[in-house]
Amino acid sequence: MSELRLENVSRWYGNVVAVNGVSMTIGPGVTGLLGPNGAGKSTLIHMMGGFLAPSSGTVELDGRPVWRNPEVYRSLGLVPERETAYDFLTGRQFVVAMAKLHKLPDPAAAARRAIALVEMEHAQERVIGTYSKGMKQRIKMASALVHDPPVLLLDEPFNGMDPRQRLQLMELIRAMAAEGRTILFSSHILEEVERLAGHIEVIVAGRHAASGDFRAIRRLMTDRPHRFLVRSADDRRLAAAIIADGSSRGVHLTEQGLEVEAVDFQRFTWLLPRLARDAGVRLLEVSPSDESLESVFSYLVSR
Amino acid sequence: MNATIASITFRAMLGRRRALLLLVLPFLLLALAIGLRAADVADLDVSAGVLQRFGLATLLPLLALIAGTGVIGPEIDDGQIMYVLTKPIPRRVIVLTKLAVAIVLVVAFGVVPTLLAGLVLTGTTAQVAAAFTAGVLVGGIAYTSLFVALAVLSRNAVTIGLLYALVWEALLGSVAPGARSASVQQWAMSVTDALTDASAVTSTVRLPVALALLAAVAVAGCVLAVARLRTLPVAGAE
Repeated sequence: MSELRLENVSRWYGNVVAVNGVSMTIGPGVTGLLGPNGAGKSTLIHMMGGFLAPSSGTVELDGRPVWRNPEVYRSLGLVPERETAYDFLTGRQFVVAMAKLHKLPDPAAAARRAIALVEMEHAQERVIGTYSKGMKQRIKMASALVHDPPVLLLDEPFNGMDPRQRLQLMELIRAMAAEGRTILFSSHILEEVERLAGHIEVIVAGRHAASGDFRAIRRLMTDRPHRFLVRSADDRRLAAAIIADGSSRGVHLTEQGLEVEAVDFQRFTWLLPRLARDAGVRLLEVSPSDESLESVFSYLVSR
Repeated sequence: MNATIASITFRAMLGRRRALLLLVLPFLLLALAIGLRAADVADLDVSAGVLQRFGLATLLPLLALIAGTGVIGPEIDDGQIMYVLTKPIPRRVIVLTKLAVAIVLVVAFGVVPTLLAGLVLTGTTAQVAAAFTAGVLVGGIAYTSLFVALAVLSRNAVTIGLLYALVWEALLGSVAPGARSASVQQWAMSVTDALTDASAVTSTVRLPVALALLAAVAVAGCVLAVARLRTLPVAGAE
């Protein structure tokens, strides 16, 4: 079990602040680093991976500084965003070479294991230059896993992958997290983070905008209207009761049910069952319809 | 030294199209030597002139530039260097391995052809062939170290290296005596000069000074490259 700890980390280039006073602790499981392009995600990952000095603050892996300390790579695997690997090597040669660079006792066996983990046995004798984007991503992943590191950092791992490759990689990441690894991946695509990450760190304009489970993040912002989809035995009657109560800004009657825009999340979830009971309407389904990261995100950006 | 880094570097260097460039230059030198010999105009003065102007002053810096920047520059530009940097390997091992590969290439494509061309042109007369071989070897080590450092320090290493070799050493060296003394080429000539009696070979820098400067350039190149690689901002990090 490993822990990556960032303490008040900032990074600036000249007058431009790329990362501003970020503190976070990344523990076992999958953490998604979410933010729009240019928010500072890569800068942050490069600092976590020891490729960039923080202008101020510290990045530590299990209490050891990451910067200027190649020894951390014994317990850290890094999958860079860029596609390039050594294109003239075959997949197997590449992963074996990485195992040798780690000075593993049995590089061939370690490479076999890592290649099997990413299910690339079928293409391991082909030259990397002939791989598709998804295959390159997986062979890079194998190279980062060859020394069985407890911590894995992935920079935009799903970029350029087709949906099937994306699913495969998600499964792989989940499986590795289940083994107790600490995995952090960055993405600007909300759907990916939402589906994969148990924990989310949101970076907006270089600042640490939010942290936690995405529903929890969402609930923190009670001043923002929340949308619910409500199905009941009698939608019209329920709509009238909701409007009369005043805890909602609007109610739309649709084919699927009622679309309710609640002003106060907590009050609404507490109130709705009571309203329904008093009106004598049976509730069939209540689901938050916009509790996606997209809405959390646009809210955070505009805040 | 790291065998894995060395083998990947060799494959990268010899697999690229620039490997042809490495071959063309020594081929030209050898063709010239054989041509002069066949035409029976290869007296000692002409031979020394060819070995100096074409071998030491042109072939060597170009080869060292191709090899020195080629072993590490493209890898930094592409971001592949990440795969080596994310390993528990001291940076100095990485730099020294890259430098060693580049020097091996310079020896294979520069030093050995110089020896062969020297033998074709002069046989063993006045030790000219051996003297130029030694000069090209020590000059090659200094040049290569300089260009490896340049490749780690700047994305424009090839341009800067060409400017140094062509403008500083060739052009300024021929008009400004001061500039001439401050050039790897002249220091290498001092070594050659010390090893042969041929009167066509002259140098402007005294041997001990030349040797000290060659060593200083080689060591400084290594130190600079190691220091820079420790804090290298990798492509995409900015």
